[in-house]
Amino acid sequence: MSLPAARSPVPARGRRDSPPPTGFSRNGRYVLPLAVLLLLVTIAAAVSVGSADLPVDSVLRAVASHVGLPVQPLPALPDSIVWDLRLPRVLLAALVGAGLAVCGAVLQALTRNPLADPFLLGVSSGASTGAVAVLVLGIRIGAGPVDLTTGAFVGSMAAFGAVLLLAGRQAGEPTRIVLAGVAVSQLFSAVTSLIVISDAHTQDTRSVTFWLLGSLTAASWASVTLSAVVVAVGLLVCWAGASALDAFAFGTDTARSLGFSPGRTRLLLFTVTALMAAALVAASGAIGFVGLTVPHAVRFLFGSGHRTLLPACAVIGAIFLIWADTVARTVFSPQELPVGVLTALLGVPVFALVMRRRTGAP
Amino acid sequence: MIAPGAAGGGAGGGGRATGGDPYPVGALPARLHADGIGWGVAGVRILVGVALTAEPGATVGLLGPNGSGKSSLLRLLAGLARPESGRVLLDDVAVGAIPRRALAQRIAVVTQQVATDVEMSALEVVLLGRTPYRPRLAGVGAADLDLARRALAEAGLAGFEQRRWSSLSGGERQRVDLARALVQEPDLLLLDEPTNHLDIRHQLELLRSLAESASTVVVTLHDLNLAAQYCDRLVLLHCGRVVAAGTPAEVLTTSRIEQVYQVRTDIDVTDDGRPRIWYRDHAT
Repeated sequence: MSLPAARSPVPARGRRDSPPPTGFSRNGRYVLPLAVLLLLVTIAAAVSVGSADLPVDSVLRAVASHVGLPVQPLPALPDSIVWDLRLPRVLLAALVGAGLAVCGAVLQALTRNPLADPFLLGVSSGASTGAVAVLVLGIRIGAGPVDLTTGAFVGSMAAFGAVLLLAGRQAGEPTRIVLAGVAVSQLFSAVTSLIVISDAHTQDTRSVTFWLLGSLTAASWASVTLSAVVVAVGLLVCWAGASALDAFAFGTDTARSLGFSPGRTRLLLFTVTALMAAALVAASGAIGFVGLTVPHAVRFLFGSGHRTLLPACAVIGAIFLIWADTVARTVFSPQELPVGVLTALLGVPVFALVMRRRTGAP
Repeated sequence: MIAPGAAGGGAGGGGRATGGDPYPVGALPARLHADGIGWGVAGVRILVGVALTAEPGATVGLLGPNGSGKSSLLRLLAGLARPESGRVLLDDVAVGAIPRRALAQRIAVVTQQVATDVEMSALEVVLLGRTPYRPRLAGVGAADLDLARRALAEAGLAGFEQRRWSSLSGGERQRVDLARALVQEPDLLLLDEPTNHLDIRHQLELLRSLAESASTVVVTLHDLNLAAQYCDRLVLLHCGRVVAAGTPAEVLTTSRIEQVYQVRTDIDVTDDGRPRIWYRDHAT
């Protein structure tokens, strides 16, 4: 085929400083390992920061002694601060940040809606309903009371189940599932209010606030392990769908003509993200703005090819939430700021910046 | 203006050869045959008893006024939707019976563009065309990268590899999308108004490359003269039915154009036997 010689790559419509023509894949190749390194530094630094300041080398020593390396262990108290309190909390922050950012990126691509966030499918309101139900109604299974985390997870899954039911046979269709998600979220919020008001004694709404704003105070090694498994599996499944997510940007027909099954793929990814979000919400409540903002910022840096975007979201989301939580627990020490307040304070300006660039694009 | 490659025959999806002259590389032109096609949406009949045949390597133009069912027919031919009646055969195999991924290695589709805010580079978009050939978790190989770069260069976009899709003009997007379809190495290439957004030079280049392409091509067009000039055969749709099918000279007659488009014309015949249409002032 005799197409003409290459035209010069002058931007045809360079009406403003268009983004530099950097290679996204190249960005991914060099920046991503750097970001992982930054994440490790962030974890070490965040563990050392707190009401009792511990130098980073003590932190490393404590961790080394716990994983069985031949080093001098710390004294009992600082060791316990590092190993039992701060490290689980920092790691949970990393996992929740990573998971929520990945969920947000996937849901934004699936629905082709820049406003989609991990709680789109009713997961967060379901979690608060479940937790409040356990708390107020004192639901028991067998001998012991159901713990709040389990209640929240079951609530999330009930909400997502309701979303699938409402969306019906075309649950793979983005508009339907988004509409169903909105309706179910409203329903579960109403049920939560109903439960809270029905019980005159528990007007103490602190636990409700926990699920609505999110908090990492409940971090434990158990929640870290569970979240790690969920985030790792979820990220892997989503990453396997990276090319499908790329193709969805060009519409259902294009995706199908490239050999994907859009309905089935969407349903699978909706389910995986709902499970991830539900597990994370059960561990930490609904921390807002991470899943909404981080994907936009990362897309801005790395482009929207999902093979790079998803791992980058995981790393940047982790770093973002670790710092947000570190500030939240130290700035008004000993008082603690709900981390959701901080993610909103930091997230909204970033979001505004990204929005400005989007509207400016041709 | 002869369609080459007709001698190749519809040998079916054997080994995907690389190298050699025909472009896209690895295409084994397929024979497309559809008949008795009926389709509707929400009780509205959109296509009724439509038949169409494209011989291996031929370029078939699909004509008709707005709303005549061209795009719907193209989607059915591509296997993106199933006809309510009738059949679509690719080398005598029903398109609906071919698994999606295998089908994506044989049919490529260029639809009318909708996505505008995609932050992928032009090269990444072209590489999407290689996904039907790639294992789910595998990265982009050197051969794929090479193929995609070449396709971009063939589309006259050699320096555009790292340009973001959102920063491309409508015509540039159209050409990137065509490059994406070509690296799919399709035996059958289906295009829905690909000349939209293109300036006249790029329209002519596109149509010439389609006519010379090794793949069998079915393309919807609005410009009757361009269709007459570059297509081997034309199919004229009106209200969901085939009004005429055949060579450009057989299909494009004064009376038929007036019947379908309500436009009066004078038609010459050029030296190579193709009709040239002159439009009269619309006011009668």
